[in-house]
Amino acid sequence: MSDRPLEPHAEPHAEAQRRVVRDSLGVGIATGLYGASFGAVSVASGLDVLQTCALSLLMFTGASQFALVGVLGSGSSAVTGALTAALLGTRNTLYGLRLAPLLGWRGARRIGAAHLVIDESTAMSITRPSRALARTGFLTTGWSVFVLWNLFTLLGAIGGAVLGDPRTYGLDAAVGGAFLALLWPRLQDHDGRRLALAAAAVALLAVPLVPSGLPVLVAGGVALVVGVLHARREAP
Amino acid sequence: MSAWWAVLGGAAACYLLKLAGLSVPASVLDRPLVRAVADRLPIALLAGLVAVQVLAGDRGVVLDARAAGLLAALGLLLLRAPFLVVVVGSALTAAALRHVGLMS
Repeated sequence: MSDRPLEPHAEPHAEAQRRVVRDSLGVGIATGLYGASFGAVSVASGLDVLQTCALSLLMFTGASQFALVGVLGSGSSAVTGALTAALLGTRNTLYGLRLAPLLGWRGARRIGAAHLVIDESTAMSITRPSRALARTGFLTTGWSVFVLWNLFTLLGAIGGAVLGDPRTYGLDAAVGGAFLALLWPRLQDHDGRRLALAAAAVALLAVPLVPSGLPVLVAGGVALVVGVLHARREAP
Repeated sequence: MSAWWAVLGGAAACYLLKLAGLSVPASVLDRPLVRAVADRLPIALLAGLVAVQVLAGDRGVVLDARAAGLLAALGLLLLRAPFLVVVVGSALTAAALRHVGLMS
């Protein structure tokens, strides 16, 4: 099971494994259920049920999926939609950089594992003290989110088509709330809050000036500018 | 048809970004410029998305039930509510205000 010998005083291995599985399943279930609101929002934005399910199966990263259907729903081009989704997906690249040495997978296993690199599977594995526990957290969270997210996307898409205008149920407001919740951990320090407020302000200023979908990319430009300035200041 | 291009193109890009992270040597992230930008990108993008989702209308910025929903989400986050509660809370707030006709 374990590729590292146990510390003499560490929590017994089987018990630690059970705890990681239990916590991961909890996160997986809570996140997976949320797929229903993605399904409903996606259909309300004008995608059909098949396209909606294809997104959850093939893209499988929530913020990018919401962004893509939001951008398409506001009438923007496919290129803008795909680009916005990809830009939001860049954080999974950073997760991968941190996960790679921890999980230690190569070849086909790495190619398969890459699909499961998302916020939740990363969060449930990077804090683990051993490779075995990290792998357990990653796989349990990743798979449980994947199965439930896709199942509930389908249910939400079908239900959304039956229920009609999602604004009646406040689903358009739910997306804003979800993004704020995803952003929340990064707003705990002063720099994060300042950057977020600046980016939001820039996006709103851009709304009447550029086609919809682009304001979010313009907001991403704020990160580029601030990041470059910061790196210059830090440089010797 | 155009939607399919976005779905498949976006999905391919997102998968390749995930795979790139698992495959690239960690030394790339050690470059200060890459790290400084990459670290800030999710914050700026998500903040921009929140602003646009909640405040953008057909012609410029509008205040409607979505903004009330966001305020509810903010309150719930300050109370350390879990993710799903925040999402459902913002939806219910907007739905209730629309139902009683207080906001559009």
